[in-house]
Parts: sequence; structure tokens; C-alpha cells
Amino acid sequence: MPTITSGNVPPSVAGVDRELDMSAHSAAIEARRLNFFYGEHQVLFDVSLTVPERSVTALIGPSGCGKSTFLRTLNRMNDLIEGSRCQGEILVEGQNIMDPAVDVVLLRKHVGMVFQKSTPFPKSIFDNVAYGPRVAGEKNRAVLADLVESCLKKAALWEEVKDRLTTSAMSLSGGQQQRLCIARTLATNPRIILMDEPASALDPASTDRIENLIGELCANYTIVIVTHNMQQASRVSHQTAFFYKGQMVETGPTMKIFTHPSEKQTEDYITGRFG
Amino acid sequence: MIRPASDRNKAEIAQVKSAGTASAAITSPIVERQNTNANRAVSFISGADRHIRRRLMLSRIFAAVCRFATYSAMAILIVLLVAIVWSSVDRLALDFVTNTNSTNPTRAGILAGVWGSFWLILFTALFSVPVGVGSAVYLEEIAKDSFLVRLIKVNLANLAGVPSIVYGILGYTVFRSSAAALGLLFDGHHVVGMAGLFRIRLSKLPIYEDNILVGALTLTLVILPTVIAASQEALRSVPSSIRVASLALGATRWQTIWRQVIPAALPGISTGVILSTSRAIGEAAPLIMLGALTYTSMCPGSIDSPTKLLTRPSQVLHAPLDQFTAMPIEIYDWSKQPDSRFTAVAASGIVVLLIVLLSINSVAMIVRHYASRRLKW
Repeated sequence: MPTITSGNVPPSVAGVDRELDMSAHSAAIEARRLNFFYGEHQVLFDVSLTVPERSVTALIGPSGCGKSTFLRTLNRMNDLIEGSRCQGEILVEGQNIMDPAVDVVLLRKHVGMVFQKSTPFPKSIFDNVAYGPRVAGEKNRAVLADLVESCLKKAALWEEVKDRLTTSAMSLSGGQQQRLCIARTLATNPRIILMDEPASALDPASTDRIENLIGELCANYTIVIVTHNMQQASRVSHQTAFFYKGQMVETGPTMKIFTHPSEKQTEDYITGRFG
Repeated sequence: MIRPASDRNKAEIAQVKSAGTASAAITSPIVERQNTNANRAVSFISGADRHIRRRLMLSRIFAAVCRFATYSAMAILIVLLVAIVWSSVDRLALDFVTNTNSTNPTRAGILAGVWGSFWLILFTALFSVPVGVGSAVYLEEIAKDSFLVRLIKVNLANLAGVPSIVYGILGYTVFRSSAAALGLLFDGHHVVGMAGLFRIRLSKLPIYEDNILVGALTLTLVILPTVIAASQEALRSVPSSIRVASLALGATRWQTIWRQVIPAALPGISTGVILSTSRAIGEAAPLIMLGALTYTSMCPGSIDSPTKLLTRPSQVLHAPLDQFTAMPIEIYDWSKQPDSRFTAVAASGIVVLLIVLLSINSVAMIVRHYASRRLKW
């Protein structure tokens, strides 16, 4: 039977302190007793979770445990699914985003999202990054050019693409496309970034770059990341939440979850006994 | 009960064995399989096995049938084309496209039909593109899945199969009658104005019941189901990840449709529209139903050359409300003439119509090419 010691946990990426007690930080997101249904089928049961500001929270759990569904409720992407329904409260910066009066367009600018499969638009690299500001009404070419440059720099992609901004985003490699999608999300100037398995389709070197990028970004952004890869969760996150069968089983500082989980189910999952 | 059965089996095997000894050609399949297993040498030479031979034979027959279907259709088409070009030789000359119709077969030309078809297609496209693409966007992108929406989607396919003569009757009762009512309302005349820089010229012209707009509206009904279906297909082929990503970046649904979905679907939509329009150009039945002219030497708005499109603006304004004839109508008319010399005229008309159709289809290909090149897939 494998024992859990801090020695088994891989070292974290630069910029992430996994032992830090984040409860002192003010909350960027507070989900309270969230229940979610696809038609009659309930996928989330009374999930409550607090995400501290400027930190990385990893959501882990076996397939179908509801972690991606939970992530998508945070910027109301689940609204797009017909027949879905959500009960409970999610406070983003103190405002309940489940309120029907909330403008999802404003919310999604504030809470950006990066998907599992990189989804560049069939446009140039420049137009991809400038898309968010453009739909928000920015027309000034110089402002857009500055913004594109700074976002590509933040996403650690500038050096690779600065000479071919007008070429198709589809010509980039998988890892570059995913960093482009991160740059594109940064360009809308969000406070919170949701990442749905951002590195699961990438090779190890690209994954490494994405993980380091997350470590850099969390100084300025609140990041919530869903991942199947527990090593990744332990490397990049301050806080980890374990989901199982639609319930949030346990949450706490990443180091504690990976070394001294309080729940039996969490321990079983982390030591690889199921999932 | 078991023993008699096994006895019978034994008896059969004995029979087979005896037969086998009697004639070497008959061998039991079991024995044969044991033999192939025994000597392990595998042969990849075709024709070694009876079953494989049969399968290969079937596959070859199938390929031959498909090849025959393709080439026989091609051959029939070529024979038809050659026959038409052959019979058009007596009349097909440059003056065939510069002359208007005449009772003299050596002077009859298709100019009025070409201009009539031009105006018809222009307005058919103007009407059918916004309505067709708009409906497709609504059905695919906006409408929630409801009974009504499903009913519409299912019936669109049925509408595409309705014979065009039926739309002609519909056009007659709705559009032609509306034009007649307008004529009554305005004392049978409408005013065409041309506000120039130095002078204003107004003229009163008659309102015709069988004008270009009535014809174009009817042809719009004919091709609308096809335009909608082609646009729907094009919209469905746009990956949904693009929509989701756009919405996640704070774009509204309208921005997502206008900036992402429609540009990505544009090659498919434009091909569908242009191919439907080229179907409309060959339609004669609904236009005859509407009462389009079969014999006329007048082009709509008296515009008989492209330069007049620019130099005679008041005539351009008048053209949509003028009477018209169209290429397929003139062809139909010529083919009915008792004078056998008109056969060549009709054949020449068909050749011109085919050339116009081919050029429209090439435009479709070029548009598709450029629209998909602007997308940086």
C-alpha cells in the first residue's frame, strides 16, 4: 500500500506556494450550495467552494464527477446547454452571478475561459488575440496592436510569433495554439481565468510551458483549473478541491490534500486506488 | 435419443468418405480445412481460394457497374450537347445575342430574354439571399428546439420538392394580384424620378401586372427552400467550439454569428445560393404561369446594353416594373414554331443558356475559392 509523504509530491512551479493558508485572502469566487441538473439528471449536489483571489485552485476527480460542469457554471457557459438548470448561489467579486439580471457578456469578459481543445478562430494570430477587445468595441489599431503584443508576451508566445502575426492561427503547433488561446483570453482583461484541462492534449514540453505560465499568471489573476493529471494539480495549485460523484468531497491547501487528506475517498483517489 | 442421431452422423461421414474415395474431386470442407492447417505455408497469390475468388469477382463486378453508371450518364450528356450544338449551327452567330426576337428565323435573337433573365436573377438573388440566409441562421443558431421549429425543418425538404408550376400559381394569386391592386391604386401608372445634379425629370409609366418584380418574387419562392437548406448545411458544418470560444470571450450571440459563424460558413452558403440561382435561370413554367411575354422585342426598361445601365438611370429604375421575357420562355416559344427553321433558333437559345449557366457555376467556384481563402484554416 503506497504511503503518502511530501516526498511523493512533485515540486511546484515557480510562483506557487502550496503550503500557504489561503483563507486570509479575500474570496474571488464563492459558490454556495450549488445544485446542477441536466434535465432530470442531477450532476452537482450542494457544492460549496471558496476560491481565494490571485491563486490557483485545482479541481480534481475521476471522469464524470462534475468538476468541468462546476467550472462552466462559474461563467455561465452551461447556459448554452438546453435543458440545464442550476440552483444555489455563486458570488463573483461579491455579486451573485446566478441572478437573472446579470449580463453574461459582461460576466464572461470578467471570467475568461480556456478550453481543453485549443480552439483558434480561422483567422490570423493578430485577429485571434484582438477578437475580445474588438467585440467589446475597441477599434483603435494602435491600442489593439499594443494589447496584442502585451498579451502574447504574458502568454509567453510573443518571441515565437512576432514576425508572423498575420499568418493563420491554424498554422501554429498544438502547444502554441493553446498559449494563443490563453493570450486571447487575457486580451479581454479578465480577473478570473477558468481552465478546462488546458494541457491534456499537449506533449510534455508544451505542458511544462503551460504550467510555468500558470505560475506566472497567478500573481495577477485568479485561476481555476480542472485537470485529470494529479501531478499537474499538485505542481500548479495553491488549493485543491476533490470532486466525486457530483459532490465536493474535500478542499484545502494543495500540500495538505496531497499529503494528509482528511477524507478516505480523497486518499484513495490520490494514491491511485480508483479513478 | 442421442445415439440414433450420432449413428446417423457416422453413417453420413462414412458415405462422404466412400464418395471421396470414389471420386477425388469431392472432399468434405472439414478435411480441406485440416489440410490447410497442416501445411502452414501461406499463399498470398490471389485465386488460391474459391471463397476469396468469389469475393474478388463480386468486388470487380460492383466497380464495373459503378463505372458504367458514370460513363453512360456522361455519354448521354455529351450526345445531347453535340446534337444541340449541331442543330444550332444554322443560326448561332454573334447577331443572335445582339438581336431581339423576330418572326423571321434568320433574324430572331435572344437579347430580350438575356436581359429579362438578368433582371429576374438579380432581384431573385436580392430577395432570396437575406430571407434564405436569415431563416437558416434563425433555424440553426437562434431558435430553441421546439415542435414548431422541427415542423419547419422537416417541411423545408418537402417544399424543395414542390414542382415550380405550383409556385407559379401561388405567385399568380399573390404577387400578380398585388401588382394589379397597386395599379388600380395608382391609376395604372407609377412615377419614375431621376434627381440629377442639374435637372429633375419625372415620368409617368404604366404599372404592369406581369413585371420583373412579380417574376423575381415567384422565382424566390421556387429556390428559397434550396437556399435555406444549403445555408443550414453550411452553418451546421461550422464546429461548435468556435461558437463556444467566441461566447467565452464576451461576444454576444449576434457578434458570434456575424464575425465567426457566417464567415466560416460563407463558402458553403455562397455556393448554395449561386447554384440555386442558376436553377432559377432555367425555370420557364412559373413565369409562363404568371403571364410573362413570350414574344417581345423589348428589353425591360429598354436597356439593351451594359453601358445603358450607367447612362440611363431613369430607365434602370423603370426596369423592375416593366414587362419581360426570359431565356427559357423564348426557347420554349421557338421550339413550338411550325417553321422548321426555328429549330436552329431554339437550339442556339439553349447553347446561350448553357453558356450562361456554366459561367454562373464557374463564378460559384471562384467565389467559394476566395471565400475559403479569406478564412485562415
